Amino acid sequence: MSTTAPSEPTHAQEPLTTSLFDAHKALGARMVPFAGYLMPVQYEGILAEHLHTRSAAGLFDVSHMGQVVLAGSDHATVADALEALVPADIRDLKHGAQRYTQLLDTDGGILDDLMVHRPADPALDGTLMLVVNAANKAADIAHMKARLPEVVRLTLQDDRALLALQGPVAATVLARAGADVAAWPFMTAGPVTVAGISVHASRSGYTGEDGFELSVANDQAAALWTALLDDPDVKPIGLGARDSLRLEAGLCLHGHDIDTGTTPVEAGLAWSIQKRRRQEGGFPGHHVIAEQIANGPPRRRVGIRPEGRAPAREGVEILSHDGLPIGTVTSGGFGPTVNGPIAMGYVAAPHAAPGTRIGLMVRGKLMPAEVVALPFVPARFYRGT
Amino acid sequence: MARLYTKDHEWIDVAGSIATVGITDYAQAQLGDVVFVELPDAGRAVTKGGDAAVVESVKAASDVFSPVDGTVTEANQALADTPALVNEAPEGDGWFFKVELSGDADLADLMDAAAYKAYTDAL
Repeated sequence: MSTTAPSEPTHAQEPLTTSLFDAHKALGARMVPFAGYLMPVQYEGILAEHLHTRSAAGLFDVSHMGQVVLAGSDHATVADALEALVPADIRDLKHGAQRYTQLLDTDGGILDDLMVHRPADPALDGTLMLVVNAANKAADIAHMKARLPEVVRLTLQDDRALLALQGPVAATVLARAGADVAAWPFMTAGPVTVAGISVHASRSGYTGEDGFELSVANDQAAALWTALLDDPDVKPIGLGARDSLRLEAGLCLHGHDIDTGTTPVEAGLAWSIQKRRRQEGGFPGHHVIAEQIANGPPRRRVGIRPEGRAPAREGVEILSHDGLPIGTVTSGGFGPTVNGPIAMGYVAAPHAAPGTRIGLMVRGKLMPAEVVALPFVPARFYRGT
Repeated sequence: MARLYTKDHEWIDVAGSIATVGITDYAQAQLGDVVFVELPDAGRAVTKGGDAAVVESVKAASDVFSPVDGTVTEANQALADTPALVNEAPEGDGWFFKVELSGDADLADLMDAAAYKAYTDAL
């Protein structure tokens, strides 16, 4: 038997560990190298962890991600500096609000995707907090440092860990731990105390469920992890289920579903480019993106449901109903909540409508499949009352 | 004849000219939750060390190799409906396929249970 796992960036040096490494070992996690870190891929098993997250609450260590702070004299200065690199409206961000955006190259290709948050406290204005992908952390920082004006300072907060608590009872769990966050709408953030520990929380995540990401000082991370796991509704969840959860939620994984060869418009992320930015431009690749918004992109990211039970994984060729090559699968596997194979990929624009019959070439055999709307599992974000 | 094991984590029982093949308990534990198994059709020729089946877990697809030369006589259809049998009973009801051996099987490089345990303990 030999296994072909999806390729991950390789790192020559010894893998790094997060401040929760000992906690993962104590829980019997299987640790694997990921983006230069030794990370838990699973504890009791991917299926059980996935389903637990959808039915109760899952706790993830995502400390490998990059927590970056941009600081300048005032909000407009820092926002304008970041707007030169990303297509989202950052100037318009409200206090305590968070936005999803992408670092773009000059052709509109996606260098990385990230979250940007403006602190709730007006006294902290002139600061933006970013969360970037682990695999791109070093490249993102180099890219930004080379382009930000001198008056904007960039700091990597490598003294902080990041935990994600995801699932329908996540807010209830935090309430039991003393944090009154139930009324926070999706994509808002702020300081809060959880189990007596100072945390910077944001109501967001990567599972399609309601949930929170909790930034905490490294030396308090294990105490926060243990306190949350003490809640009977919470189980630890590894990167394996994190991937199946985000795939069911139709969320992109950089390096797979999006990269420098794809634009936000092709990827179905044009919703993250607000009106003022579309009109004014002023971000890398605006000419490509404006043209694609106006006339439609040549290809689009779509959801795919293979017929039968065989998963279609990254790299599988997509064919039209009459056998012509029209695209490639970028993420694919088994959806535990869907209880069947699911995939995402890019197809030529004329084939992108939900309901379109397509073929997938899996191990030399043509497998029938259908283009479907994303997400595969409806999102359950808390939008407020 | 006692069960034998490959370095690629297949097991094989040889009874007369028919061999039954599956993957080991160690292999299923490494794979995690099995969600799909692609089995060879009866009549397909397989070669020692060549691809014979595919087992898919949530996270990855793995090739299963035939430990012997021969012709497939039967595949375990129960795995089509219940791939989790591979996790629950890998060395029993979760068998993959049966092979009619072509000539004398070359089993010299396979391990017995004790040797296989020592091999996996060292991994």
